[in-house]
Amino acid sequence: MGQDTAALHTRSLSELSRGLNEGEFTSKELTEVLLQRIDDHQERLNAFITVTADNALQRADAADKARANGHSGALNGLPVVHKDLFCTQGVLTTCGSNILGNFISPYDATVVERINAAGAVMLGKTNMDEFAMGSSNETSYYGPVTNPWNEKLSPGGSSGGSAAAVAARIVPAATGTDTGGSIRQPAALTGTVGLKPTYGRVSRYGMVAFASSLDQAGVITRSAEDAALLLGVMAGYDHRDSTSVDHPVPDYVAGLSKPVKGLKIGIVRQHFDEGLDAGCEERIKVALATLKDRGAVLIEIDLPNIDLSVPTYYVVAPAECSSNLSRFDGVRFGHRADNPEDLLDMYCRSRGEGFGAEVQRRVMTGTYVLSAGYYDAYYLKAQKVRQLISQDFKKAFKNVDVIAGPTAPTTAFAIGEKTDDPITMYLNDIYTIGANLAGLPGVSVPCGFADGLPVGLQLVGPHFAEETILACAHQYQQLTDWHTQGPEDFS
Amino acid sequence: MNSNWEVVIGLEIHTQLATKSKIFSGASTAYGADPNSQACLVDLGYPGVLPVLNGEVVRMAASFGLAVNATVAPRSIFARKNYFYPDLPKGYQISQYELPIVEHGEMMIRDEDGNEKRIGITRAHLEEDAGKSVHEGFGDATGIDLNRAGTPLLEIVSEPDLRSAKQAIAYMRKIHSIVRYLGISDGNMQEGSFRCDANVSVRPREQEELGTRAELKNLNSFRFIEKAINFEINRQIEILEDGGEVIQETRLYDSTKDETRSMRSKEEANDYRYFPDPDLLPVELDEEFIEAVREALPELPDAKLARFVDQYKLKFADAEILTLSRALADYFEAVAGNTDAEPQIAANWVIGELSAALNKEGIEIGDSKIEAAALAGLLDRIADDTISGKIAKEVFEAMWSGEGTADDVIEAKGLKQITDSSAIEGIVDAVIKANPGQAAEYRGGKDKLLGFFVGQVMKETGGKANPGQVNEILKKKLLDNGPG
Repeated sequence: MGQDTAALHTRSLSELSRGLNEGEFTSKELTEVLLQRIDDHQERLNAFITVTADNALQRADAADKARANGHSGALNGLPVVHKDLFCTQGVLTTCGSNILGNFISPYDATVVERINAAGAVMLGKTNMDEFAMGSSNETSYYGPVTNPWNEKLSPGGSSGGSAAAVAARIVPAATGTDTGGSIRQPAALTGTVGLKPTYGRVSRYGMVAFASSLDQAGVITRSAEDAALLLGVMAGYDHRDSTSVDHPVPDYVAGLSKPVKGLKIGIVRQHFDEGLDAGCEERIKVALATLKDRGAVLIEIDLPNIDLSVPTYYVVAPAECSSNLSRFDGVRFGHRADNPEDLLDMYCRSRGEGFGAEVQRRVMTGTYVLSAGYYDAYYLKAQKVRQLISQDFKKAFKNVDVIAGPTAPTTAFAIGEKTDDPITMYLNDIYTIGANLAGLPGVSVPCGFADGLPVGLQLVGPHFAEETILACAHQYQQLTDWHTQGPEDFS
Repeated sequence: MNSNWEVVIGLEIHTQLATKSKIFSGASTAYGADPNSQACLVDLGYPGVLPVLNGEVVRMAASFGLAVNATVAPRSIFARKNYFYPDLPKGYQISQYELPIVEHGEMMIRDEDGNEKRIGITRAHLEEDAGKSVHEGFGDATGIDLNRAGTPLLEIVSEPDLRSAKQAIAYMRKIHSIVRYLGISDGNMQEGSFRCDANVSVRPREQEELGTRAELKNLNSFRFIEKAINFEINRQIEILEDGGEVIQETRLYDSTKDETRSMRSKEEANDYRYFPDPDLLPVELDEEFIEAVREALPELPDAKLARFVDQYKLKFADAEILTLSRALADYFEAVAGNTDAEPQIAANWVIGELSAALNKEGIEIGDSKIEAAALAGLLDRIADDTISGKIAKEVFEAMWSGEGTADDVIEAKGLKQITDSSAIEGIVDAVIKANPGQAAEYRGGKDKLLGFFVGQVMKETGGKANPGQVNEILKKKLLDNGPG
């Protein structure tokens, strides 16, 4: 068995599931292998904030026993890691922030609860941009995560730890959250699959809020098949989240077999205007050609207001964040400044010491755009533009089944390269933000390499069309082997 | 009050809705529990938790809206009111701002001259209460009790239509009565379930433009409200007559000193940065829902008052008092429906003896020591002349002390009225005989002395003689027995 377990880390969730079912190895053996891998690569990647080894081994044991007794959930004994933004009972939940540096959550997020109930084994909590505010994982209080493809490069963000861990074959699957591209962009930059479901598809309960009307939980895996498997467990109405939608959850894995023949794929004219790296553009065009070869119909479409998505996002998201982060005041939990002189001093220093520069920037921006006298000019106007962008998508989906294009304008960039220039950093999400503003599902799939670095193809569908985009991604992965190519250092 | 000035008052009444659980969480709203024992993770504003609207508060708000002839919005929106305070766990209060659930209502009150006056109700919106800061017992620190955080409130905002403290009280009493009729609030002012802020300004008579207002906070009894408003009116008039300017500010009423003092000025006021709460969906109500709420409305105070006057022929003022509280009105009807006595007699007893006894013990009508049926039994004995009204009061007191029914008490104490004419005649004869001087004076035209003789007879009979009979017999005998 020793020889077999040595290669377990390269297997997908679905493959591991088969191995467990066939008795090829136990969950405990699998867990030990992966915990060792976390340990081996933590220094190089910094992908984890917390590793829950003891708990994982216990859970794995329990999963093995359950299997022996004939009980088996959809994820029984399978390893999963959670972005450190999901509340996990009894486990540190930092959101990548100093202000929650001592926060042990007293409860599980719905996503965590459902994944646990399916029998999965949580190995740890992954590093992230502070409160999910960032596109490079550099805003984390716990230090940047490095890209497994090149240690000088960023894995993207904010779900950078999840993406790096999956890309480095440390774990087959990780949860993430996506407010403006925080699952899809790091997936693209690390050569993994990143799925952001429809807004309301997955409960936000227990997911520490950044921008409530945009946040959505999703997954990072290496295959669309694994994403489908996990989404099936996570999705569904939750009475604790009023914005979750009571919409039937289909069998996403079963839906993967749908062929791309006849699929109408919209290509957004604006995506290829300027700002897209030539190497990336080429890979996207080749990928589209591959789909076309299999019978997909490519249709050029217009999203006339899509250029406004970044400025719109950077009004709406900070506005909501400024309010959502008000609860971090040092009163009930989290960091409190030492020896405050008075209440105001306690607030100012607790928050000043607890929040990093990017979070402070967004809290201030958000406070400003909601202020009396500025509300109409910024927040209200942004909400109107958001409506226009949603309508553009709605119109487009009358003629096409999915919209395909680049996930990010470039491949992975160097750590430190954009930290002094927030605007350039923000532009990294130019292709992903539209789906958040309109609440649409989107997935990034590896589609090759430019100068040796992964490029992601993004597929966006209409509301609740996760089946369609996952099937398209899966069919594409049947035709290509990009997703099986991992970074050399982590083979 | 100085007649050169016109007073303008608008009230914001905060009514705690009588739900079992909080507006956005499942925690209990019961009053008086140990600090922080009724605050769940949602109330504590923990990371990641989300609010879920308690449907009952929507029904309650809608019933209030319909009761005051308001529009119940088919679509209303919860908004966040952002400000930092230690007992505000999330750093924002979930309230309603641009689209409240109730708008454009009205309420009729009686002004000082007894005339009907319409008071506009601008809006009523749903919101959550904050917690409580406790300053005593923690040294230099402040304790936070979040039991109250998330308690549902309906904030009822009036138009600035009130012109005196008296009118403000009349309006507030009416709202208090309505929310209790609807069963949507216990209206308990001591526990803070019903409290108000008052916007007070004065302007020269004939001036259209409103004067600068002060907002008075912390008004939690009818008496304080009246005193605070009157203090504030005088303060503003004094300033203006001295040539000064009233500044727009929030003022706190201090009941121990009977004065208002500045809390914060307009410059210090918060910018609340309201925006729609993205965690909650708009509240959408269809016609069917609103009609169902309308059909379930109880008879409201005004309608009941009109019916009492019409059906029971009560004096208007008495009907008004009886219908102020639904429980009192129900009690009255239970008495009136079970006795042969006139309804007005029943009303007199409920408003008089019974209310006095309740007040004396500080208890509510629901805890009355005399049930409606028992009081009806007492009134029957007056109606059938078994006892006089005066004796009835003695019987009432005995009943209140738990000595049984009216009949039990009358029997036990031998209070049955003397209606036997020959017995009364004997006593009358003896009294006249014992007071020959007075009898002579009476005959000489001093009619007032009849009262003296009645008193003497009643004294002799221990008050049990039928007063009508005593009068009649006395008059006859005094004249009959005259000399000559």
